Amino acid sequence: MADEHKHIDPLTGTATTGHEWDGLRELNTPLPRWWLWLFYLTIVWSVGYWIVYPAWPLLTNSTQGLLGYHSRAAIVDDLNALQAQRGPMMAKLASASTVDILADPQLIDFARAQGRVAFADNCAPCHGAGGAGARGYPNLNDDDWLWGGKIADIEQSIRYGIRSGHDKGHQGNMPPFKDVLKPAEMSNVADYVRSLSGLSTEAGADLKAGQKIFADNCAACHGDAGKGNREVGAPNLTDKIWLYGSDKATIVQGLQQGRGGVMPVWEGRLSEPVIKALAVYVYGFGGGEK
Amino acid sequence: MTQLEELVRQSEVKAPPFMPGDDDNDDIPLYAARRKIYPQSIHGTFRRIRWAVLLVTLGIYYLLPFVRWDRGPDAPSQAVLIDFPNHRFYFFFIELWPQEVYYLTGLLILAAIGLFLMNALAGRVWCGYLCPQTVWTDLYMAIERFTEGDRREHLKRESQPWTLETYARKGAKHFLWLMVAWWTGGAWVLYFADAPTLVKELATGEAPFVAYAWIGILTLTTYALAGHLREQVCLYMCPWPRIQAALTDEYALNVTYRYDRGEPRMSVKKADQLKAQGQRVGDCVDCLQCVHVCPTGIDIREGSQLGCIQCGLCIDACDNIMAKLGRPTRLIAYDTDLNIKARLEGRPAVYKLIRWRTALYAAIIAVAGGIMLYTLATRGSEGISVIHDRNPMFVRLSDGSLRNGYTIRIVNKQLKSRDFIVAVDGLPSSLVDFVGLPPRADGRQLVAVGPDQTKEVRVLVTDYSSTPPPASTTVLFSLIDVNTGAVAQMRDHFFGPEGR
Repeated sequence: MADEHKHIDPLTGTATTGHEWDGLRELNTPLPRWWLWLFYLTIVWSVGYWIVYPAWPLLTNSTQGLLGYHSRAAIVDDLNALQAQRGPMMAKLASASTVDILADPQLIDFARAQGRVAFADNCAPCHGAGGAGARGYPNLNDDDWLWGGKIADIEQSIRYGIRSGHDKGHQGNMPPFKDVLKPAEMSNVADYVRSLSGLSTEAGADLKAGQKIFADNCAACHGDAGKGNREVGAPNLTDKIWLYGSDKATIVQGLQQGRGGVMPVWEGRLSEPVIKALAVYVYGFGGGEK
Repeated sequence: MTQLEELVRQSEVKAPPFMPGDDDNDDIPLYAARRKIYPQSIHGTFRRIRWAVLLVTLGIYYLLPFVRWDRGPDAPSQAVLIDFPNHRFYFFFIELWPQEVYYLTGLLILAAIGLFLMNALAGRVWCGYLCPQTVWTDLYMAIERFTEGDRREHLKRESQPWTLETYARKGAKHFLWLMVAWWTGGAWVLYFADAPTLVKELATGEAPFVAYAWIGILTLTTYALAGHLREQVCLYMCPWPRIQAALTDEYALNVTYRYDRGEPRMSVKKADQLKAQGQRVGDCVDCLQCVHVCPTGIDIREGSQLGCIQCGLCIDACDNIMAKLGRPTRLIAYDTDLNIKARLEGRPAVYKLIRWRTALYAAIIAVAGGIMLYTLATRGSEGISVIHDRNPMFVRLSDGSLRNGYTIRIVNKQLKSRDFIVAVDGLPSSLVDFVGLPPRADGRQLVAVGPDQTKEVRVLVTDYSSTPPPASTTVLFSLIDVNTGAVAQMRDHFFGPEGR
């Protein structure tokens, strides 16, 4: 009988496992039998997983499972469900004009949410994550708009681009003057342009001569007073905002080589509601123009 | 000789000397077989208390989802509702948003300290009376006695060859168990949707799959835990018995066999004989009634132990026997080992309910509960959170002034639409513009926030002061309800270039 071999621990009255290590014994506190069965049940359960879900790798594929479940298909289903959920609002966005969108708070919220994602995907590489811009890429948060800051202007720029080659895109660039003006003339006109926005000029600069050169060469686009012209995207030279920088060397470089940054055409690449959503989102950065 | 010394002596007598070669002891069972328990029905004080607790707790659980609470047309009219799709929790007059889930932390603290306090006062009150496992098991045992008969009848039938009646009774038992389990799962899902609507949907098969799935899961767990696993949950699964054993102290009242009065136990006949000879006899007649009524199948006379959930049924059982024998009741009672020793030594018993420990627990409960009540009573029904643009930190405008952009979220917790204005203080001369909001006649821009909703708006703050602001200025955003004047505030910063 097993009981005859059983050693009972005198202090607790509990049977020990029978082994002895230098006088120490381990109490035997048995697990319930059902616990063991539960463990076996989990093994059986795992076999069920192999059967209903994709499990075993084969040479070129894997076992497919009875349920036909696939995580990739599940993602596609989720995305389709999301599209279906957004469907009515997306349709509204597609049919409404950007001006109408700005009049509808619910549509604004929806457009801004869509625009935030589209901006990060498509615009942020040049204009920065928050539209802060970079050298040569305009800051979209400020109040200086080269081609107009009304919602319709912004939409037009996004849709057809700037110097993009599209018929409806904005045209006009700063031509290079290196063959037209002598270095001394360029220096004078650069100093004159800096003086327009109250920046310091180099000692000995002939501002009068600069003004003359400006009137002859630059005023056609930038205006007599240097206030710029949105028809051709000529920047206002009297304000505090400089697309490429306000130091003299940068201005001279612009005179020599010309300027003409390109914004690509987005019509056809982005869907109609997304273009409008982007316009509303960009308009919201700095409030655009009324 | 103390009890312990006595135990050691006995086990030494029983234990055979250890022999070399005995240690290849492969037939020691590593898994314990389940010992089925047939608890006997009982009447008495503690049984009545347990019935009352069972009725109240299960009544609340099953019926609460159907209690209505009018909140107006824009909010659900269910008194207690966890509204997952809309991220709201409703409890009568209280409505909680997800960001207020810290109240749950407070409730958990209260629950934990409440458990500690119960433990310090009267042991495992939770285990014996209030725990869902106990309450449902109690109900299932009552159903078992109703269908299969009380302990004797049940045992007798089990020991005989099963007849058609045995099968019928067992079938009825499992049917009733499953009905209770199904109802338990059904009530659970009603806390997550409008109860009357969901009941209709469930009946017509139009309810969402997740509702049926949860009913199925809870039917299974209730049936398995209350019907089949029972005391095994307390013995093997639940952490509370271990924790509560660590929380008890020498003054905590526990269901105790008063061995000072009960021992030496002997039959009534023998006790009479010995008494006639003038010898001291114990009151325990070893009738085993305390063991037979025990839902976990232990012998309380072996002292306080893990398996004892302290439901007090053995007190009732023993009291009934003592009353019949004309001996004083409460041979088993809520008492302490300290008092047993005191009586053995002829000292008076001491009951100390108010001790440092219980006072401290009560104080923590009062403070935590007070803080929760205070915050709940004084919380505003509006809120503002401000996020400063991270890129760009600031923008220079064409006239050289600086502008900072913020995204603010306005919270309206009231069940009606409200109009707010936002004021920004901290800059000597500034302009605040809400992007896309048309100004009213007085030039103010109002933000309308719908009932029980939030609204995100973009705010541009432009600094026009003659002296340029430092790299960082603290600004205060004040959200003001234009009708009531209620205010919520949040601090943020206005940034400018370094070194200006």
